[in-house]
Amino acid sequence: MSSADVTGDRHIPEPDPAKGDLAPERDGPRDTGMDDASLHRWLERTWRTPSGIVGALSSVDHKVIARRYLITAFVFLGLGGLNAVAMRIQLSGPQRGLIGPDLYNQLFTMHGVTMMFLFAVPIVQATGIYLVPLMVGTRNIAFPRLNAFSYWIYVSGGAFAWVSFALNMAPDVGWFAYVPLSGPEFAPGKRADVWAQMITYTEVSSLAVAVATIVTVFKQRAPGMSLDKIPLYVWAMLVTSFVVVFAMPAVMITSTFLILDRLVGTHIFNPAEGGDALLFQHLFWFFGHPEVYIIFLPATGMVSSIIPAFARRPTFGHLGLVLSLFAVGLLSFGLWVHHMFATGLPKLGASFFTASSMMIAIPNGVQIFCWLATLWDGRPVIRTPLLFVFGFFFIFVIGGLTGVMLASVPLDLQVHDTYFVVAHFHYVLIGGSVFPLLGAAYFWFPKITGRMMSERLGRWHFWLAFIGFNAAFFPMHLVGLWGMPRRVYTYPAELGWGNINLFISAGALLFFLSFVLFTFNLVHGALKGTSAGNNPWDAGTLEWATSSPPPSYNFARIPIVTHIEPLWAERETLPVATGLRVDARELLISTVAEAHPDIREKSATPSIWPLFAALAVGGTFLYSIFTPWAIVWGAAPIAITLIGWFWPKGDPEDQE
Amino acid sequence: MRRLAFMALAPFCVLLLQGCAGWQSALDPKGPAADELAWLIWFFTALCAVVWVLVMIALAAPLVMRSRPGDEPLLLDAGAERRKMRVVVTAVGLTAIILIGLTLLSFFANRTLAAIGSEAVLTIKVTGHQWWWELRYEDATPSRILTTANEIHIPAGEPVRLLLTSTDVIHSFWIPSLAGKLDLIPGHMNVLDIKADKPGVYRGQCAEFCGAQHANMGTFIIAEPRPKFDAWLNDQLQPAGAPASGEAKAGADLFLKRPCVMCHRIGGTPAGGTVAPDLTHIASRKTLAAGTLTMSRGNLAAWIADPQGIKPGSHMPVADLNGDELNAIVAYLEGLK
Repeated sequence: MSSADVTGDRHIPEPDPAKGDLAPERDGPRDTGMDDASLHRWLERTWRTPSGIVGALSSVDHKVIARRYLITAFVFLGLGGLNAVAMRIQLSGPQRGLIGPDLYNQLFTMHGVTMMFLFAVPIVQATGIYLVPLMVGTRNIAFPRLNAFSYWIYVSGGAFAWVSFALNMAPDVGWFAYVPLSGPEFAPGKRADVWAQMITYTEVSSLAVAVATIVTVFKQRAPGMSLDKIPLYVWAMLVTSFVVVFAMPAVMITSTFLILDRLVGTHIFNPAEGGDALLFQHLFWFFGHPEVYIIFLPATGMVSSIIPAFARRPTFGHLGLVLSLFAVGLLSFGLWVHHMFATGLPKLGASFFTASSMMIAIPNGVQIFCWLATLWDGRPVIRTPLLFVFGFFFIFVIGGLTGVMLASVPLDLQVHDTYFVVAHFHYVLIGGSVFPLLGAAYFWFPKITGRMMSERLGRWHFWLAFIGFNAAFFPMHLVGLWGMPRRVYTYPAELGWGNINLFISAGALLFFLSFVLFTFNLVHGALKGTSAGNNPWDAGTLEWATSSPPPSYNFARIPIVTHIEPLWAERETLPVATGLRVDARELLISTVAEAHPDIREKSATPSIWPLFAALAVGGTFLYSIFTPWAIVWGAAPIAITLIGWFWPKGDPEDQE
Repeated sequence: MRRLAFMALAPFCVLLLQGCAGWQSALDPKGPAADELAWLIWFFTALCAVVWVLVMIALAAPLVMRSRPGDEPLLLDAGAERRKMRVVVTAVGLTAIILIGLTLLSFFANRTLAAIGSEAVLTIKVTGHQWWWELRYEDATPSRILTTANEIHIPAGEPVRLLLTSTDVIHSFWIPSLAGKLDLIPGHMNVLDIKADKPGVYRGQCAEFCGAQHANMGTFIIAEPRPKFDAWLNDQLQPAGAPASGEAKAGADLFLKRPCVMCHRIGGTPAGGTVAPDLTHIASRKTLAAGTLTMSRGNLAAWIADPQGIKPGSHMPVADLNGDELNAIVAYLEGLK
């Protein structure tokens, strides 16, 4: 075996037949010693997405799937934004008759459901699907077919919700769908069933992505990327994925209990038969609070990626930031009761949740202080991504501090379920997640498309979004303290909320316009943007080592990581590992802690079956809002598609 | 430039001033609980504002610094890093101290609130319905138990205990200028103690989303001096007065023959429905349909003629009445003082 490639070249261990590895005689050509041009030809042939419509639908390339996810989630953002604009027009004055209660209640439910389940969670996961494999230096995400399946499930869940909206049968019970309001007695028709099943299946999709992400981070890191050299963004996605794995089942149980009550006639939530309406809230918020962190933690990863690139130094307090991520992820499961202070829980128990809710501000504080300390070395390079990070600080810190106010039981009793809370969580979610996401869009757009977005338009976009956001949401704090509850389709003129609501609506329109400008900048950048090159920001992590956009196989040779910011440490060329086959989809699997190269593992080839499986699952879910027998009849097509999915292809691995 | 900034801020100032006239405002407290809470809100707000300003200063600081010399991102000054670590650790420590302080503060505020109702003079059971409030003034003597709706009269300056529950979905009882909110949950009973320092009318509305007409589920607390309250209570305990005019008499008959009687109760008549508000003294109330309309002859007629136009989705059906019948019923109800 020749080892004369590049300086620092390390070989993947020889296959050992005793350990069940492939026998060498069955091996095909390897990348060892191959010249760049023929290596590219081989890898491209092996890893590319097949052509044609069937080929496109069969794709298991994490970048292709992630692009689809990003675009779909962005479309849902637009739809959810239109919901908001419609609501703001209705609320712009007292007693407006534009939208009646029936439509208004569907609008705010769809706004919440769309933003939480169809935009925020999918878009942060999609960003992870795109970036995590690149950042850890591997060729595809783990379980690529599961990943493809998750996308199809997500699209069908989203389509399900929005088609029902078009048919005037969208859920109208709020994104939280409290029983008994959503129960069989008070929500006749299929609206609440649409909520229940749509939740269940978008969560199937998000669980699938979480599992794929965890395995990718644990087992597919490039050699040398030991735990202390994992980029913060990857840590954030890892912690988020664990939070997803533990939180999502709670909401799936909630929605399944609800549909059992509605469809099968159980009385889980029916107080008249010994059930309990509050159980629903406990289960829902046991998911619902971590949900906020599922949306927020990936954004902290984005901030941790953007700041070092423009502060021109590694992040200050790397270890502190990693530990904060874990602390936040863990504590996020101990605060759910602060959504329920007004339900009259025992006072001492409620005080415990005040303390735990206050406590989570500490690791969040650590993060904020470490980022600020990173910026203190000198004037940072101010580009659009960093502007959005500054916007993030400005807005998110307000949201965090009003969060501290809400953590106090007595104080919460005044502001709970008022516009103060609406203001608070938009400051947290838009400030804490959407602003970093927008920064991330400007930051990684060149990687995804190979072109730069316009900096001039980017600045306009930032200021429009920043001013529009604050104009729309800051006054909501006030109107909430003046007594305006949430989820009202109108309000009486005598209460004097008219002018401030008109002002809020104007701000909301401005904020919506900023997204129109952003869309224009995206399209303009994709078509006419200047060429980006591999590493336009001179950032330090591995995704910038490959071309923009990356080839189907991500890296021609798997890089070896020697530093937390590998591209800053190895300015000339990255050391690489060789020994992977080029005629089959082979990944390098490494050990969890030290990332020592361990074994070579096959990665799944493109397949149409995940799509069919998703259709079968989607059809079953859809049918199940009408009859519980759907589960029985749906099991057969799902089983058939899964058999197709896992059918042995005659690979040597299959025969063992 | 300064003028421009002033013009940008002007709407905010107007809005701030306007809000002070709150009739339903947490910032305009009229009772001990809301007083305590308003103080808490201002204290938290002030402290949070200080913290926010400090963070913003720290964020803006690098903007006025000189650029980092050279472009070697991995070359860090070890001394500077140590200083930063000290600053960060101090900031985290201060954060923890502030948070512990706020936790204790909120704990003690909660104790203060809990003490308010320990000597309640009056117990009122509030049952939430889609979309109105049923009130039952408890009394040891069954004949002195009063059932009414939507407007809660209480004696000013005396603590009153509210027992909150619901028979349909979850609602939340909230009078911002008197106390924080508490949910009405079917199968549960919550206790809210309130006290109004001075006589006055305090508005509130349902704060937990409860379906189509969540927005129009208002309620009022009317605090009165003790003698006035006692007089009110005695009046309310009387059965409905006899119809005063011929038209009202016809209205009373119609009321009993038409669907009205299926849901509403009028004390002293055979009408005994309990699924809708008690109308025995409806004309003594200030509003109709849980704060949706002010009480007047015209609004009574409008509400009976077109409940689904005024409060779409409400459980009040359209009764098929001609003009004369409508007038007669309105004349009757108008006399139920």
